[in-house]
Amino acid sequence: MVAVGSKCRVCKAPAVIDLPRHNAHFCPEHFLELCRRQVVKAIDKFDMLSKDDRILVAVSGGKDSLAVWDLLVDLGYQADGLYIGLGIGDYSETSAEYARAFAVERGLHLVEVKLREDYGYDVPTAAKATKRVPCSACGISKRHLFDKAAIDGGYTVLVTGHNLDDEAAVLFGNTLRWDVEYLARQLPVLPARNGFPKKVKPLIRLTEREMAAWCIVRGIDYVVDECPMAEGNKHLAYKAALNAIEQESPGSKAAFYLNFLDNMAPLLAGRSAAATDGLNACSSCGSPTTGDMCAFCRLGEKASAHEPVPVEVLLGKRRGRR
Amino acid sequence: MVRMKVLLRNPRRELEIEGRRNVNALLAELGMQRESHLVIRNGTLVPGDAELAADDVVEIRPVISGGC
Repeated sequence: MVAVGSKCRVCKAPAVIDLPRHNAHFCPEHFLELCRRQVVKAIDKFDMLSKDDRILVAVSGGKDSLAVWDLLVDLGYQADGLYIGLGIGDYSETSAEYARAFAVERGLHLVEVKLREDYGYDVPTAAKATKRVPCSACGISKRHLFDKAAIDGGYTVLVTGHNLDDEAAVLFGNTLRWDVEYLARQLPVLPARNGFPKKVKPLIRLTEREMAAWCIVRGIDYVVDECPMAEGNKHLAYKAALNAIEQESPGSKAAFYLNFLDNMAPLLAGRSAAATDGLNACSSCGSPTTGDMCAFCRLGEKASAHEPVPVEVLLGKRRGRR
Repeated sequence: MVRMKVLLRNPRRELEIEGRRNVNALLAELGMQRESHLVIRNGTLVPGDAELAADDVVEIRPVISGGC
């Protein structure tokens, strides 16, 4: 039996996705067109990229980073990928395979950095050695290595796959704490400064659901399983709360974040200490830092001296504590 | 009687469900947020009002990532 479903708002062909925030359904072709339009709008409004830029896309093997890489290449930008092997057991191995397969199938260049081989530690070991939550050790490592790879490789812009849900969740957390410092920094473009590359987020107008749909419609295989270390991550709770609101009031997430950028961010300009503080060169690696040694080198020093901790061992201990 | 096969992820598991219903009804029945999931029927993405038949193979794919 053929199921009867909704029609595309544009061409009346059978729809594959409903987008309540646009009060519309779309066929594959017009859904992809909508996504391209949203990315172009973000790039143009915030002056994110030009066709002359040498772009490095931080790629995890997940839907958002592969989608943004695909979208940028599709829109005619020159973009290489950067994959960082975080050493999170099978999850990292599988993620790397998706990133490599995406690059090979499209003839794109993927730069790879491996924490264990190149820096002598991995994320589970760093979490254990520094008594940090894994997402914190992971974030410090990734941010440093993204910056380093972009600068060392002569790229003019670093792109990340942060989407509307990611940004709305961070904004929600920062607002719950009224953290003015972080609110002032939550912008979709960070200009190059003092040894840091320019960083941009072209997916801020698109949701996670839309990015997963982009990958499915485009035939992009990505790692669907969640990072085993993300369990208990506060952002997941913020996203669930925002999605409960979105279900009742479609468009709320976009209004919350995009109106923040239009109406609130200008009032906070200059309130970020990071924009004005003097920076030193890290005593170990020379990267810009506010202290003597940068957070990455402090983390690496402790973690590389620690006996390797398999992710299963760390997860077993975390679960056992509950 | 043929039962609809429904694949769930994170963790990966499979359910068998009796009877027809549409995508939105299935998600509601399983307590899943529409905004946090996509539904793939016999390999093709389908919208919330798509009807699911007993002989369909359905995947409910979560779309929320915790990484930051």
